[in-house]
Parts: sequence; C-alpha cells; structure tokens
Amino acid sequence: MIDGGAIPTLPRGVRVHFDRVRDTWVLLAPERTVTLDGIGHAILSEVDGARSFDQITTTLAEKYQAPHAQIAKDSAAFLKTLADRRFLDLTEAHG
Amino acid sequence: MTPTPVTSPPPPIAMLAELTHRCPLSCPYCSNPAQMARIDAELDTDTWARVFREAADLGVLQLHLSGGEPASRRDLTQLIHAARGAGLYTNLITSGIGLTERRLREMDEAGLDHIQLSLQGTTPEMADEIGGYRGGFDRKMMVAGWIKEIGFPLTLNAVLHRKNLHQLPRALEIAQEMGARRIEVATVQFHGWALKNRDALMPTREQNREATRIVLEARERLKGTLVIDYVPADYHEEYPKRCMGGWGQAGLNVAPDGQVLPCHAAQTIPHLRFENVRDSALHHIWYDSAAFNAYRGTDWMPEPCASCDRKLKDFGGCRCQAMALLGDPNATDPVCVKSPHHIDLQARADAHAAADAPLVYRPQPPKVSEPAE
Repeated sequence: MIDGGAIPTLPRGVRVHFDRVRDTWVLLAPERTVTLDGIGHAILSEVDGARSFDQITTTLAEKYQAPHAQIAKDSAAFLKTLADRRFLDLTEAHG
Repeated sequence: MTPTPVTSPPPPIAMLAELTHRCPLSCPYCSNPAQMARIDAELDTDTWARVFREAADLGVLQLHLSGGEPASRRDLTQLIHAARGAGLYTNLITSGIGLTERRLREMDEAGLDHIQLSLQGTTPEMADEIGGYRGGFDRKMMVAGWIKEIGFPLTLNAVLHRKNLHQLPRALEIAQEMGARRIEVATVQFHGWALKNRDALMPTREQNREATRIVLEARERLKGTLVIDYVPADYHEEYPKRCMGGWGQAGLNVAPDGQVLPCHAAQTIPHLRFENVRDSALHHIWYDSAAFNAYRGTDWMPEPCASCDRKLKDFGGCRCQAMALLGDPNATDPVCVKSPHHIDLQARADAHAAADAPLVYRPQPPKVSEPAE
C-alpha cells in the first residue's frame, strides 16, 4: 500500500508518450518501455509531482464514479510496481 | 529468395546506432566485429538524422547511441538533438572517455534522456588493465560526478569475467554511490572480438554460481533503490538467451557504415547479405529484407527446437552463437540442454575457464580500406 500523503512523481528520464505507430500510450523510461492500458494512463495523467496519492485517487474516484477503496488499491499496486523499477518516485508530503 | 513469414512482424521497439567503431579503450571482450567499419565509411550527421526519423516512423521508441565509443564522434551532441527531434527516447552508451563537463551540459540542452556508463573494474588497476587505457578509471569517476551533478538518469554497466567477478560486491556499491537507478551485471558474452579471449576471460562455473547468489541477495536488499539486471555466463547455463527478443522481432542495429543488422554479431553469418541505409529505406529493410526474414518466427527451426515448448520463449537461442560454436547458424544454440552439442560445450567452457592466456586487446578500426587479416 502507499501512504496517502505520499506524492508520486515521475523522475527525470521517465515520461508518458503517445506511440503513434501502435496507437497507444506508453511510459518511456531508461532503455525500457511500458505499454499503458486505459487505467494506467488515467492514473499517470493525474501524477503531477504536486498532488498526494490521496488527492489523486479521490480525483479518479470522482471522475470514473468508482469506489475510492477500489481505485486506491488498484492505483497503489500499479504505482508500486513502477516505483520498484525506479520509474516513479514516492516523496513524503511536507507538513 | 527467403520466404516471407505468414504473420507480419511487429514494428521494432529499439534501435542500436553504432555511431563509430573508434574507441579510446581496447577492451579484450569488445563485441564489435573482428573486422571493423573503416573510419572514412562512417555515416555523416545528416544521414544519421534521416535514419532516426525513419526509425521513429517505423515505430522505434528507444534509441541507443553506441559504438565503439560514441563520444569519439564530434557531432554527438547534434546527433542527440536530431534523435530527440525525431521523438526518440535517447540513451547514450559510453565508457565516459571523451566526455567533458561542458560536453555533458550541451547534451543535456540537446535533450539526452539517459546515460549508460560502462565499468571495466572497481579499482584503477583492474579497470585500466582491462580497458588498456591508463587513467581511464579516474577519468570515468570524474564523468560520473558530472552526470550526477547534472542529474541524468544513470545505469552502470559492469562487465564481468574471470579476472574481475570478485569485484561484483564493490560494483554494486559504486552504482549506489554514483546515484545509478540501475546496474547491469553483465557477464561477458563471447561475440566479435571477445571470441579471441575466451581462455583469458571465461569465468569458472563456481564464479558464475557465486555471482548469481550475490545478485539474488542484492536484488532483495536493494529493492526500490537499485534495479539489478543480470546476464549470467551463458556457456554455463542450461537454456540459451532470448537473443534480441527474437530475430527481427524487437530491435535492429545500424553499423557505423550504414549496414542494418538484426543483431550486432549478424555479420558473422556468411550467407546473409545486409542492406544499407544509404540505399534502402529502414521500413523496407525491417519488413522485407532477406536478412531480417532469415530467422524470423519459427519456420526455420530444426529439431529439437521445432517441437520444443520453449520455442517462443528463447527462439532457439542465438544464431551467431550457433555459427561461432558449431559453424551452423541454423542449429539449436548449443547452450541449450536439449542440443546434442550441450555436453561438449560445457566441457569447452570448463577448459576455457581452466586455461590462461594473455589479453588480446582490440585494435582501432582502419582509416582506409585494408585487406582482411
């Protein structure tokens, strides 16, 4: 699980990119490419390096009219996988 | 005529641009071909820029700028700029020699995404002996400091073999000190020039086991801090590598003179003819050229591959290795436990590991055309 106050950030060298040849969103990272499904793209679209994990999942729950607990669980699993591969930083909120 | 596979191959994800075969180092395990591209045959800046655009149009997402030493190209910053302009994720694969702080800052401006820095040893004595370049280690450490200061994402590529495998624990520490997000623990693969140095560099079976143990332990301990990719000593393994993610499936190489290869050692397969970006479009070369279709898919496979349940896992292993070890590029990679030559290869690997020989350093590429040695 991810702490609700933690701020997910894409570090330098990791970016979301539209792959026009395969007609899909991907995450580009050092020497690695991750194909994003609709859910993954929706989650990363909210990652702006400013808002906390809680704020992001609240936004997603409202936008997609889904239970917050489910959104938080799915988002945490996805973001944790990226963090383990060093494609995402999780920084604690200040104050 | 090579038959075209029934199903169309996917577009390539990655392209390795071997900008030059020049290199200040002369590592004995170099994977560049024994017969290198002439300096005066290298593609110029504009041609590379066109090839980058063609690659992006074809579906390439990841570009690896390599060599030789890519920093030996004076137009490297321009090439990075062109690659980013084409929309490619741009990786620089370098020993660090030839980079200055000023050059790195220019590359930052040009949009370089990531640097992969090679490590020949964890001490100046080891690194400079292997690289054949005095002062190389100290210089590399300076370059690593600038990389960290500028903030480039960094992967450390530690190339390991019998002489330096004991330095693996220290290499893992150096990666963390440099602020690397990832380390490639790459046991030497014997292709190209490296084939001449098997007696000097082949690790022992015990070294390979120990390296595997250290990697598994460190992966657990450093989870979320340092990602560890591991390439074991494949002569000692039971199953072959999934070479290049399959022939003509995921990636392509452009040699310094513009020849387009399915993998960097493909020129060792005598019956293949390679097309050149000077004459042909990358799209045509990827989808329609004989060389890219030669070992695509599974139709070419002999037994025991053809009926093997692993055939889509490793695609029969490495064609260039089958060529180098058996003289037959169509054979099952003899690393595979199912190959009739597996036992013999294990014995050869042990013999190489028990042998000793002086290092045979890689020379510089010829300036102008010379007869083959």
